[in-house]
Amino acid sequence: MSVKSPISSVNDFVVRFANVNGSGSASANELFARSILRHGVPVSPRNIFPSNIQGLPTWYEVRVTEAGHLGARGGVDLMVAMNPQTWDKDVASIEPGGYLFYDSTKPMPSSKFRADITVIGVPLTAIANSTYTDPRQRQLFKNIIYLGALCALLDLDPKLVEQLIGEQYKGKEKLLSSNVHALHLGRDWALQNLKCPIGLQVKKSDKVGDRIFMEGNSAAALGAVYGGATVCAWYPITPSSSVAEAFTSHCKKLRHDPETGKAKYAIVQGEDELASIGIVIGASWNGARAFTATSGPGISLMTEFIGLSYFAEIPAVIMNIQRAGPSTGMPTRTQQCDIIACAYASHGDTKHVLLFPEDPAEAFEFAAQSFDLADRLQTMIFLMLDLDIGMNHRLCRPLKWDDARQYDRGKVMTAEMLDEPGRDFGRYLDVDGDGIPYRTYPGTHPTKGSFFTRGTSRDRYARYSEEGAIYADNMQRLVRKFETAQDMVPRPLQANSAKPTKYGVIYFGSTSPAMDEAIGILESRGHQLDRLRIRAFPFHSSVASFIADHDFVYVVEQNRDGQLRQLIVNENGIDPVRLVPILHYDGTPITARFIANAIGDHQDHLKVTPLRKAVS
Amino acid sequence: MTYIAKPKFQHPGLPKNELGYTHRDYEGKVSTLCAGCGHDSITASIIEACYELSIEPHRVAKISGIGCSSKTPDYFLGNSHGFNSVHGRMPSVLTGANLANRDLIYLGVSGDGDSASIGFGQFAHSIRRAVNMTYIVENNGVYGLTKGQFSATADRGSKSKKGVMNTDNAIDLVAIALQLGASFVARSFSGDKSQLVPLIAAAVRHKGAAFIDVISPCIAFNNHAGSTKSFDYVREHNDAVNRLDVLTGRDPITVEYAPGTVQVVEQHDGTRLALRKIDADYDANDRLAAMTFLQKHAAKGQVVTGLLYVDPDAEDLHTHLETVETPLNTLEAKDLCPGSAALEKINASLR
Repeated sequence: MSVKSPISSVNDFVVRFANVNGSGSASANELFARSILRHGVPVSPRNIFPSNIQGLPTWYEVRVTEAGHLGARGGVDLMVAMNPQTWDKDVASIEPGGYLFYDSTKPMPSSKFRADITVIGVPLTAIANSTYTDPRQRQLFKNIIYLGALCALLDLDPKLVEQLIGEQYKGKEKLLSSNVHALHLGRDWALQNLKCPIGLQVKKSDKVGDRIFMEGNSAAALGAVYGGATVCAWYPITPSSSVAEAFTSHCKKLRHDPETGKAKYAIVQGEDELASIGIVIGASWNGARAFTATSGPGISLMTEFIGLSYFAEIPAVIMNIQRAGPSTGMPTRTQQCDIIACAYASHGDTKHVLLFPEDPAEAFEFAAQSFDLADRLQTMIFLMLDLDIGMNHRLCRPLKWDDARQYDRGKVMTAEMLDEPGRDFGRYLDVDGDGIPYRTYPGTHPTKGSFFTRGTSRDRYARYSEEGAIYADNMQRLVRKFETAQDMVPRPLQANSAKPTKYGVIYFGSTSPAMDEAIGILESRGHQLDRLRIRAFPFHSSVASFIADHDFVYVVEQNRDGQLRQLIVNENGIDPVRLVPILHYDGTPITARFIANAIGDHQDHLKVTPLRKAVS
Repeated sequence: MTYIAKPKFQHPGLPKNELGYTHRDYEGKVSTLCAGCGHDSITASIIEACYELSIEPHRVAKISGIGCSSKTPDYFLGNSHGFNSVHGRMPSVLTGANLANRDLIYLGVSGDGDSASIGFGQFAHSIRRAVNMTYIVENNGVYGLTKGQFSATADRGSKSKKGVMNTDNAIDLVAIALQLGASFVARSFSGDKSQLVPLIAAAVRHKGAAFIDVISPCIAFNNHAGSTKSFDYVREHNDAVNRLDVLTGRDPITVEYAPGTVQVVEQHDGTRLALRKIDADYDANDRLAAMTFLQKHAAKGQVVTGLLYVDPDAEDLHTHLETVETPLNTLEAKDLCPGSAALEKINASLR
């Protein structure tokens, strides 16, 4: 085995915690990530967890990145190996020259280690057992003890960690002091018995700025609060459940009438996804802003109602926190695999609006905007998150809200409007030529504006009809409406390379940070690429022109079949050979290394060596 | 499927209700159901009940699923918004609509296929959530629109028009509704309008989940000998436990009742329900007794009808969710959006 000197790096390394789920490690690990942030150094943490409650392996990965690369990097520099079940795999995953931190209470045979890494043993169990008698305390504080040891090894400022513990246990003095005590137990042991710090170190910096650290699901839920959602119906499904849970907790703080204490919202846990979307559609039909949150299997169950929303033109919002499919798939792994399923959900000719936020800040903005879009377009809006954005804390720009902003309730005819002389109300009448008709809320007027909503074909005045021409007229109007949507949804963002290039790359959603980082790696390899981040479907005209402006364009996505690529080909009539799929779909978040390798290799193959030169 | 325009002419001498509306103001489009369909009698009863209660027609939201019964909301209350949703999903759509605006009256119209088969779950959950609604099942024991298949409410041993014997056990939606905590449960017969109209009126005025199972013979596919949902069979086996008078507002009880023969129940909004007892031992306030009574009589092949259970002090979903009195759909940005200052605080807590 080649001898590799220990990795030496300040503010740029990956720590991975291997734990058993249910052991209480999550809060200690999050504390670790947050304390590095308090040093002014960006981090990007990721939960890698099983579909299970207790006893199975779980990992928490923290990428420490002063340069601010928030995508997953791949590889591990320091493994905190707390799970004997996954020991061999965990040890094998450490980069050459990396570090292994483990509980040395029980001696381990040397065969269990590697010669090319630095092994750091701390008798965590022994320290915990000699200090605590309660078994649960022993377990919980063991986590804080290793945090303390890491503090010493990585040269973290203990004051900053203490400050965080103080904020977390504010008002619970006993818990506060016992946690701080455990932290110092670990730190002191490491300082006395180990060479501290190791090659990996955290030094104070100022690269975090005013950014916030938030999970996408919570941000999307907050967007729903700000966007005026009053009805939420949902059915628990990983990884979307925390959207509804966050909406509940945000509403408890922000949406109670100060005088009466009553709720300005209604949240119902449905008996299934069908009921959840049914409640959403009923509420939206009746003029409230309503949404549900779900994941792939829930989308499958909701498709009949999605078609109703499209055809009967009822506003609704679905937040789809995508996970790996098909079927039950990998419930706790990330993918961008419901693009086609959502874009064309339900039987018959249907098309739906999709929004692709890249991070929590955009999840917040798009969530709020989705209610305006739903009301304006009178149709289903899908907010497409994924597990990577939804369930991980991500550093992002602070959330912003313009207090002058009013909700766009769309074309709603009031009683006064109905009474205007000469006013002709037809529920499906295209008055303005944009394909969007006027609607009325139930109960508006004693004698005018009522109509019968149905999923069957009907004429412009909502009267049942099976006349071919009337049916086609309505279907054409729905196409017009979808064209109108193109200019209302968030536009793609383009970033050109420093030098002119014939090649482009299209990407979306959670791929964003890995893509940004990959561009740098590719440039260092001599490859220039223009970038286009798609933020919504239907595609803005700039998507087609971007493709036209380049010889060919890579489409980077996290699914097997290149679903966004298919959608672009299908909707824009693009020659498929001009779109090169770059696909990552093993359930882990896409990395810059993967993108750079895949695109770099493809680019390298394009370099033609002149025949004469090769022969000579 | 309304091809025939209904004439707008009405006799100037038509009686008017308290709000000045005539019967005609509560009608809808011309029914396209088969001549003699029990469902049309239910439609007529709904019109009658709403007229008598002097409800503003546009303050009712009519919601249905899919099937013959679910088409009927087009045939009554033409000035109300209606929603013919998807098969078996009326209860969830109605629940959502109710959450959005607690001030409207919600009328859910469904059938036995819609509520006892594909929508059995949604039926059950809307009842157990205590959604404030009147849930009417137009129960004919058969799939009419698809031409005569048995539904889940068809009795075991009953025969289809083609002579096939039903071997599956029947679902009794009334028994299920009682078990799930419906606070108003009734059964009636489309052929007995005098019983049905006050039941609908009382249900509309009830706060909470009101469920009415109306046996409504299918003239085309389930009105033959061997059917237990035919006009003849139901007439012969109808076992009414009481007759109901609905007394609204400050009307004194003008009808003379013999002592001990009437149970008066005052509902949340002040409506009084005078139950003239037919079965002297029947107590419409006793859920457990009602369930036992039903089972015993069903075993004898009797169809128990009347107001079977009522809890006048029931709560509804809005009570449980502690929502504001103002309908949620009228709240605006100023009521709903916490604003930038609150967001700054949230940002600060996330650093």
